[in-house]
Amino acid sequence: MCLAVPGQVKEIYGENGMQMGRVNFGGIVKEVCLAYLPEIAVGEYVVVHVGFAINKLDEAAAMKSIRTFKDLGLFEEEFGELGAFESS
Amino acid sequence: MKYQEEFRNSGAVQRLLAEIRETVTRPWSLMEVCGGQTHSILRNGLDQLLPKEIRLIHGPGCPVCVTPLVAIDRALAIAARPGVIFCSFGDMLRVPGSDKDLFRIKSEGGDVRIVYSPLDAVKIARENPGREVVFFAIGFETTAPANAMAIEVARQQSIRNFSALVSHVLVPPAIEAILSSPATRVNAFLAAGHVCSVMGTWEYPPLAEKYHVPIVVTGFEPYDLLAGILACVRQLERGEARVENAYERAVSEQGNLPAQALLSRVFTTIDRAWRGIGVIPRSGWALSDAYRDFDAEHRFSVGGIVANESPLCHSGEVLQGLLKPNQCPAFGKQCTPRTPLGATMVSNEGACSAYYNYGRLIAAEELLCSAK
Amino acid sequence: MLSEVEFVIEQWSCPLPLRDYPRIVMGHGGGGSLSAELIENLFVPAFRNDDLEAMADSTVLTLPAGRIAFSTDAYVVHPLFFPGGSIGELAVHGTCNDLSMSGARPLYLSASFILEEGLEMKTLAAIVDRMAQAARDAGVRIVTGDTKVVERGHADGCYITTAGIGVVMTDHPPAPSKAKVGDVVLVSGTLGDHGMTVMSRRENLSFETVLESDSAALHPLVEAMLAASGQVHVLRDPTRGGLATSLNEIAQSSRVGIRIDETALPVRPAVASACEILGMDPVYIANEGKLVAIVAPEDAERVLQVMRANPLGHAAAIIGEVVADHRGTLVERTRFGATRILPLQIGEQLPRIC
Repeated sequence: MCLAVPGQVKEIYGENGMQMGRVNFGGIVKEVCLAYLPEIAVGEYVVVHVGFAINKLDEAAAMKSIRTFKDLGLFEEEFGELGAFESS
Repeated sequence: MKYQEEFRNSGAVQRLLAEIRETVTRPWSLMEVCGGQTHSILRNGLDQLLPKEIRLIHGPGCPVCVTPLVAIDRALAIAARPGVIFCSFGDMLRVPGSDKDLFRIKSEGGDVRIVYSPLDAVKIARENPGREVVFFAIGFETTAPANAMAIEVARQQSIRNFSALVSHVLVPPAIEAILSSPATRVNAFLAAGHVCSVMGTWEYPPLAEKYHVPIVVTGFEPYDLLAGILACVRQLERGEARVENAYERAVSEQGNLPAQALLSRVFTTIDRAWRGIGVIPRSGWALSDAYRDFDAEHRFSVGGIVANESPLCHSGEVLQGLLKPNQCPAFGKQCTPRTPLGATMVSNEGACSAYYNYGRLIAAEELLCSAK
Repeated sequence: MLSEVEFVIEQWSCPLPLRDYPRIVMGHGGGGSLSAELIENLFVPAFRNDDLEAMADSTVLTLPAGRIAFSTDAYVVHPLFFPGGSIGELAVHGTCNDLSMSGARPLYLSASFILEEGLEMKTLAAIVDRMAQAARDAGVRIVTGDTKVVERGHADGCYITTAGIGVVMTDHPPAPSKAKVGDVVLVSGTLGDHGMTVMSRRENLSFETVLESDSAALHPLVEAMLAASGQVHVLRDPTRGGLATSLNEIAQSSRVGIRIDETALPVRPAVASACEILGMDPVYIANEGKLVAIVAPEDAERVLQVMRANPLGHAAAIIGEVVADHRGTLVERTRFGATRILPLQIGEQLPRIC
């Protein structure tokens, strides 16, 4: 069911008559079938399961939660830590 | 990963935990339906952080684990045939049928390949026109659109050496089966977020109303799970029973319409046996007649293969919260993670498997992860 | 990446007798003149050293005084070349690391090749070239070897087995059974780089990434650590099965509990992302240039500083401790303060859908 991850659409193209794309998941880029999201545009986020975008990620809804965290001062060191090995 | 890491923020998680603690006044049993949610709960230890009033009953696990024995036996029979390339998702390979798993078939000479996407199986068929390529199309509604598309592509492009062994299972009928048992102890459901990404939420209001249970569409990150739990607890404390969406960024009421359209063309609803649980009416999808040419069950005439679920397995009762895993007579004896009888032991996250793996610690630390 | 590999392979200029055979044929393992040409024109020039060039059935070595460590390992990897390395580097680094985890400085290696009929000669040459370079960089000599050829379809291009001899550098060599309650657990750098890099090149899983294998010989790091502390109780290189497997083995061998802290584990974002997509856990993914150390608490900070000062350990971190509870079991403190068990896995992690 279940293992689906958010990624950003980098490129959209047709292949054998089907809408495909390259999607970036935190530095990993994979080919993804975009046939179920005919309206999707480059730069938008999609939720991907077994190589298929099953839905568009509603960034406004996501940001609503994230802004709440920020307003509450809940974003701490965890985020700095993640980037620590980016350059290494 | 953006839009994932944010929802693992420990400040936000602690805050939700505090809110749950403030809200709850009585014991409640909640079931997370999806194995992915169970995985995240155990992976992050969220169950240990919840107030003791809240008991999480782990659902059937994942579609891999509830895939009926007979479907696996049929898969094994096809995969063992010379000339067949049998393609499967990775997590299916270790799931035992009546006496073997796909790894064993592979070791005995079967050409079994792991694919990430069902389209990879179509590609393998295109590249191997002299071989029969069979894809094991299992999963809940989340995976079904991918599998349906692979079959549709094979049909459109006349890839005649491709077929699919279909054994899809559906979430709402499983919820209903658990609710309709008079003995059930589940007070509210966390509905599976990614199933709803595809199907929307419109299937659930009749269930919430009929059985008077809150059903909250819930995501998979720690924040999302706790947000779903909090919404359930709020409703329960107020005596409400509504469908709520606590995973708005990935789920809309209508779901993905193009996906639903193809699903209704490619598949038809049937009764389906769930491993260790039994037949649940109208809880599965099989290929519709228009796609019969791509049905591996017919192409390889394996429809006659039958398999008997073990009578020793009590996973249905475990799922309803009636039995703790270690109260089952077969637990740790005939039934272990290496020799599982039912879905709840097959899955790493199934209640029985978690109980088995974590049992060593329970004695030492009272770290009881499965059912409190 | 392919172009990089091809570049390496193309760089090899073929001595004349080998040019007649662009691919390995059965005769290259037959012990006759084709075998001899392969040795004379490929292996000996690449690995060149006096011990090897004696060309006897066995090599006679003079070892320094002290205790000797001895280890062997077989190398199979698909694909043979991947970003950051190849089977050649793995075959040298892996055995060197097995030796250094016992506190030994690796001195000599043997190398046995099982080649598949049809393997391109330039691919073999590139592997051998990489192996020779890795051995030079690690300061070890490849002093004896063997080659067999199996029929096409009976092997995956090239398998290599190396055995190694090293001299133990300390009176108190680390061992998996020596972890004590209260000890501190350290890791020398980011987890899962090698396993995820190789996975990114597998058919049907492939994804684009900047990840590279971490394959490296670790004994310079080990020497520095052992010089800094006489209380490095355990060293392991967490290869197959990753960190969690090594720590489980230590917990069982030493009859202790081990607790690690999720937020302390160094994981590159790209490895973390790939794990999310495939449903895997970085603590179970293979490393080829990392070590885990269990050190007495009073020396832990000093050892950490020594590790960080070394290029092989610049991202080293303290990740956990040895405890008296739950003996034989590895647990992780999650970022939310809960506990989860990290059990031994039944087999290799597989990509999952749920």
